[in-house]
Amino acid sequence: MDRREFIQKSIQTGLIAGSALTIPGFYGNYISKSSKTISEKFDMVAIKGGEPDAMFDEAIKQLGGMSSFVKKNQKVLVKPNIGWDVVPELAANTNPKLVKRIIEHCFNAGAKEVYVFDHTCDDWRRCYENSGIEKAVKDAGGTIVPGHTESYYQEVTIKNGKRLKKDKVHELVLDSDVFINVPILKNHGSSRLTISMKNMMGVNWDRGYWHRNDLHQCIADFSTFRKPDLNIVDAYSVMKKNGPRGVSKADVVTMKSQILATDMVAADAASAKLFGIEPGEIPHIKIADSMGSGKMNLDGLNIKRIIL
Amino acid sequence: MITSHLRKIRIVLSIIFFIPTTFVLVDFSGLIPTGVVNGILYFQFIPSILKSISYFTFISTGFILVFILTILFGRVYCSTICPLGFLQDVTGFISRKFKWNKKKKKFEFLKEQKLLKWILFFIPVLLFVFGFGIGLNLLDPYSIYGRTAGNIIRPVFIGTNNLASSILASFQIYSVFPFDIKTFNIVPFAITTAMFLLVVYLSFKNGRLYCNTVCPVGTILGLISKISFFKIVIEKEECLSCGVCEKDCKSSCINSEEMVVDMSRCVGCFNCLQSCPTEGIKYQFGLPVKKSSSNSVDQAKRSFLISSAVYFTTVSSIFAQVKKKIVASKPSTVPIFRKNTVSPPGSISIDRFNSICTACHMCVSACPTQVLQPSFLEYGFLGILQPRLDNIAGFCNFDCVVCSDVCPTGAILPVELEKKKLTQIGIAKFVKDNCIVHTEKTDCGACSEHCPTKAVHMIPYENKLVIPEVRDEYCIGCGACEYACPTKPYKAIYVEGNETHLTAKKNVEKEATPTEINLKEEFPF
Repeated sequence: MDRREFIQKSIQTGLIAGSALTIPGFYGNYISKSSKTISEKFDMVAIKGGEPDAMFDEAIKQLGGMSSFVKKNQKVLVKPNIGWDVVPELAANTNPKLVKRIIEHCFNAGAKEVYVFDHTCDDWRRCYENSGIEKAVKDAGGTIVPGHTESYYQEVTIKNGKRLKKDKVHELVLDSDVFINVPILKNHGSSRLTISMKNMMGVNWDRGYWHRNDLHQCIADFSTFRKPDLNIVDAYSVMKKNGPRGVSKADVVTMKSQILATDMVAADAASAKLFGIEPGEIPHIKIADSMGSGKMNLDGLNIKRIIL
Repeated sequence: MITSHLRKIRIVLSIIFFIPTTFVLVDFSGLIPTGVVNGILYFQFIPSILKSISYFTFISTGFILVFILTILFGRVYCSTICPLGFLQDVTGFISRKFKWNKKKKKFEFLKEQKLLKWILFFIPVLLFVFGFGIGLNLLDPYSIYGRTAGNIIRPVFIGTNNLASSILASFQIYSVFPFDIKTFNIVPFAITTAMFLLVVYLSFKNGRLYCNTVCPVGTILGLISKISFFKIVIEKEECLSCGVCEKDCKSSCINSEEMVVDMSRCVGCFNCLQSCPTEGIKYQFGLPVKKSSSNSVDQAKRSFLISSAVYFTTVSSIFAQVKKKIVASKPSTVPIFRKNTVSPPGSISIDRFNSICTACHMCVSACPTQVLQPSFLEYGFLGILQPRLDNIAGFCNFDCVVCSDVCPTGAILPVELEKKKLTQIGIAKFVKDNCIVHTEKTDCGACSEHCPTKAVHMIPYENKLVIPEVRDEYCIGCGACEYACPTKPYKAIYVEGNETHLTAKKNVEKEATPTEINLKEEFPF
C-alpha cells in the first residue's frame, strides 16, 4: 500500500465510519466487522484500582486481546503524550509503564515493528528521556522515533475539516498499519482537558496554526481525518490543575484508572466525566460529536466497568 | 636526540587538543557531558583567566598551568593548545604544500611590531578593566575559533548529519536524527566569517603574524617566554648561517644573520630544529637571560601605560553613552519594543555579562533548545556577538543549566538547577491587542500551556473563554510563552529582559488538594 492509497483509504474509512454513526446501532456492527470475533463486544472498557500495566492486561482482554487490533507482521504506531520535560510523577506525560506494556502486547500479537513518537513541546530529547518513555520503549523492544523536524511530516488534506483543511502529519501516521493512541488525562489551560483528540495534536507539525484558527474546531477537524484504531486513556495519575505542564506534585491526584475505546469521542467523554467535567462543557468534544467523529453520549454504548 | 622528534610531538599534541576542542564547539546533539567540556576547555587561556576573576575554582586554574608551561618551555601553548594556532598551521601548511604562495615561498625574519602589538594588547585589556568585554571578545584566539567552529564548521556537520538521517529515514531507520537550525543570524555570521578569513589570510601570507602582533594571549605569553628555561638557541660553532631555519620559521623570529632568536615571538613549533642541516639550532635548557634593560625603556612603557589609560577612560565613557543610546532608540519594525534583551540565567546582570563574555559561542552550540543566539545590536554595540535569548528560535528549558555548566569564561556562572528555576532573567509582558482570544474570540492559551511556573495563567474572559494573565512574581522570563504564542507577525506575549536578574517567588498553591480518590467508588458513567 503506498502512501497515497493509504490516505485515500483512511479518509474513506473515516467517511464510512462517520456516516455510519448517524444510523443508531450501526457503529457496533462496524467495529465487530473490523475486529475478530469476541465473546461479548464492548465499545469501551473502564477499569480502576490497579497498576497501569496490570489494568491494561485486564482491559485489553475484555476487548479480545491485542490480537483483535494488531495482526501478524503489521507496523504499529503507539502515540503517547511525551510533550513535556518532566518526570513521570508529575503526570504531564503518559505513564511509561503503560506504554511499555502496550508495546509488549503488540509484539505478542505478532507486530513487526512498534514505533513511538510525539511532537513534543519542550526539547524532544529531554522529553523522551525524562518522561521515562524512551527507556520504556527500548526495554519493550520498540523503536523510539524523533518528531522534532518538519521533514518527518507529510501534507494531507482533511476533507471534512472546517478550519483545518490541510495539515502536515508525521509520516508514521500514514505508514503504520495500526495506530494506537495513548493520551494521559489532564487539565489543560487551552483546551480545558487533554485526552484522546487533543493528543492527536502531537502527530501534526504546525501547532501554532491550530491555536490561531479556533483550537477546539481544529482538534475536532483532525478527529475526522485519521481515527486511531484504539485509544487507551491513562488516568492513573491525573493532573487536576495547572495543566498541561503542571507546576508541582500538588497538581496531581492518583486515580488509578484507565479507559479503552475505539471511539475517540466516547473515550474523551468518559474521561471527562471521570475527571469531573461534563463532556458538553468541553467544546472540542461537543464539536467532534456533532461532526460525527464519535459519540459523546455514552448511554447507548456497551461499557465494561471493572474495579480491581 | 629527542629534539629532532619535538616537531612530531608538537603536531601530535596539537591534534589531540584540536579535535576534542572542535568537537565540543560543533556538538549539536549534547553528546559530550558538561564536565568533559570543562575538562577539554580547561587550558584555554583567556576564558580561564576570566573565569578565575569572577569564580575561582579548580576548573578555572588552567591559565596558571599555561603560565608555568610557558616559563618552562616557551610559548608551546600557541602551537599545541590554541585551536586558532592549529587552524593557522593548517592553512600555512596548505599554502606551502600547494605552492599557491609562489612569490614568497618561505618566511624571513621580520622586525617586531612592538608599538602595534602593545596597542592591540592594551585596548582589550583596558576596555575590560572599564567593564567592556568587546576587545577580548573580538581578539581572543579561542573565542575567534569558537565562533568559527560554531558558525561555519558546525553547519557543515549538521548538513552531513541531516543528509545521513534523511537517507536512513527513508528506510525507516530512525537512529540518526536530523537537526533543525532554527534561525540564522546574518550579521554575527558575517563578522565571524570576516574574522576567520582575516586570520586565514594572514597565516597564508605571513605565518603567525596574527599571533605575534594581534593576539593578546601571544603578547602576554611572549613576555614570559622571553625568560623561559628552555629556549631555542643558535650554536655559533655549528651554525653555517645558511638561513634555512629562518625561512622555515612561521613566526619570522629567527635572525640567522645575527644568530639570534626572538623567544618572545617563538611559538614553539620546532620546525627550525628539523630544517637545520647541522645541529646549529637547538632547543635546550638555559638559565633565564637577564636582559640589560635600560631605564629609558621602562619609562617609555610607563608613559605609554598612563597615556593609554587616560585615553581609554575617556573613550570608554563615550562608548558607554553610545551603548545606552542604541539600546533606548533601537530602530525596529517590530511593534514590540524590548528595552532590554534577555541574558542567560547565571549571568547575574546584563552589564556583568557584557563585560566578561568573549562570545566564543560554546553555550550557543551546547544549548539544547537553541534559544541562545549570537546578538547583533540587541545588547548595544559593545555586546556584539554575545549570546542572548532569542525566544523566536526557542525558549530556556526549565530543567536545564547547560549554558552555565559549559561557559569557559564564567560570564555565565554555574547555577544550581533549583536556583535557576527561580532566577528571573526577565518578565513576560502580555499584549492583549495581539492575542487570539481577544481578536478572534476563540480559545488559545498556548502561552500558559508552556509556562513552567504558571506565572502565565488563564483567567475568565467573555463567553466562557479564558485569556492569559501574567503574574510577575512567578515569572522567570524563560520565554516559553513568547515562543509558543502563535500570533503573526507580532507576538502577543514577550519577555522584557531584567537588567539585573532577580529571584522569582515559588508558585506554591495554598489550598490542599486530595491526593487520592476513593477507588471503590463506581464510575461516573
